[in-house]
Amino acid sequence: MNGIATELIRIVVGLVAVAAFVGLNGLVLVYAERKGAGHFQRRPGPFEVGPHGVIQPIADALKLIGKQLFTPENADPFLFWLAPLLSFFPVLLLFVPLPFGPVLTVWEVDLGLLLILAFAGINVLALLLAGWASNNKYGLLGAGRAVAQSVAYEIPLLLTVLAIAFQSGTLNLSTIVSQQGSWPWQWNIVTQPLAFIIYLISALGETNRAPFDLPEAESELTAGFHTEYSGMGFGMFFLAEYANMIVVSGVCTALFLGGWKGPFVDGFWWYLVKVYALLGAMIWFRWTYPRVRFDQLLNINWKWLLPLATLNLLGTAFLMKVF
Amino acid sequence: MAAQDSAVAKPEFLTAGGARIDPPVIKVEAVQNILDVCRAMSLWPMTFGLACCAIEMMAVGMARFDISRFGAEVFRPSPRQSDLMIVAGTVTKKMAPAVVRLYEQMPAPKYVMALGNCAISGGPFRFKGQYGIVEGVDNLIPVDVYVPGCPPRPEGLLEGLFEIQKKMTGRRWWPNPVQGGGK
Repeated sequence: MNGIATELIRIVVGLVAVAAFVGLNGLVLVYAERKGAGHFQRRPGPFEVGPHGVIQPIADALKLIGKQLFTPENADPFLFWLAPLLSFFPVLLLFVPLPFGPVLTVWEVDLGLLLILAFAGINVLALLLAGWASNNKYGLLGAGRAVAQSVAYEIPLLLTVLAIAFQSGTLNLSTIVSQQGSWPWQWNIVTQPLAFIIYLISALGETNRAPFDLPEAESELTAGFHTEYSGMGFGMFFLAEYANMIVVSGVCTALFLGGWKGPFVDGFWWYLVKVYALLGAMIWFRWTYPRVRFDQLLNINWKWLLPLATLNLLGTAFLMKVF
Repeated sequence: MAAQDSAVAKPEFLTAGGARIDPPVIKVEAVQNILDVCRAMSLWPMTFGLACCAIEMMAVGMARFDISRFGAEVFRPSPRQSDLMIVAGTVTKKMAPAVVRLYEQMPAPKYVMALGNCAISGGPFRFKGQYGIVEGVDNLIPVDVYVPGCPPRPEGLLEGLFEIQKKMTGRRWWPNPVQGGGK
């Protein structure tokens, strides 16, 4: 009984901490993204609101909270408002098995990887609901794209993750991290470079980030699935997107980049450094590459990523069997 | 400067199509002020250009003028997520229903800037017997700030943005430009 109580307290405290982390990260990433966009385009980015514009994300957040919430006529009000909640809250669960440090895990789950992959699928459902319930042609088109894209990109993602699982013999993220060494040449990226690249591309597709941001494709679909959302409805989708970015970067760090292990002193700081480096790379991609066309998007996946990931998985299985 | 600033009246209520919106049930002055400042510092314009003034609007987002310094570079394509409608160009009678519709699709609080002479009064297209132009967008929707010019310079648009911020918060936030083009 006592054991259950401590576990429960641990989970509740962990979830609150995760919620705070996600919120703060949203602010930091909004700032990083706008500042990054500015500097990639040779302009300063947000600069005047606070020193170097650091208060900008807070002003944005308060403005979004203070904006009128609007349900379009003929929209399904229940599903319409369910969608942003469904998009944001399951993401908090994805942080539960992430190994931030040697002991800094909300709850160590033996099937942690499976848990993340299973609950990551709910986001697609939320996007589909958002597009469907808003009774808007652009919303529906965006939702259709989101589903096609996420279903497609989930498969190579799973196959690459499976290759690491074969190699490590476990689905527990903490164990996978502890099997890797401190120095970069002892990380899984050395034995699985192809899987790392495929994972990174698929992760961009999964999180609907540019160059694969077709569900929102501003120039074609207005704002895609969140066309009809104002204020915090839109803000929730935004937060969920950033939280998903952190999750895929976190999983990538644990699987390929040695997690919280690093040169000299192991600890959660290495994990954060690696996660933020990956997030920085995602922002960098977004402001560097043009958006792909939808047929190109699916061709990249079905003609390149999927066969390569399958071959990689077969090769890994073969080598594991032989040696 | 101080006397002039205090002379600016703060809007007591918001109007949408001339209708009065009920005052809030709970109103704390300090909270309202903070919210006003936040709204003024994060005015997201709509991606919406009608004519050549839109080119100046694009220029203001680029490296030389960079409206993002004031937090207003997030051009949202959906009217539901934008706060500021920059009517950049000539409003033809064909386009007028779309303009009104876009304005009505924006959630409150919303602001309108009439950019350029065409949007203010019809500009060069206003003459006796013209049949295709709406003579000023304020015939259709309430306008907060008029930015004259044909087209206005990007600095003019920035100045218009500052005026809207002044209208929202009751004070000017940025230094005044030097009169007469400097030295």
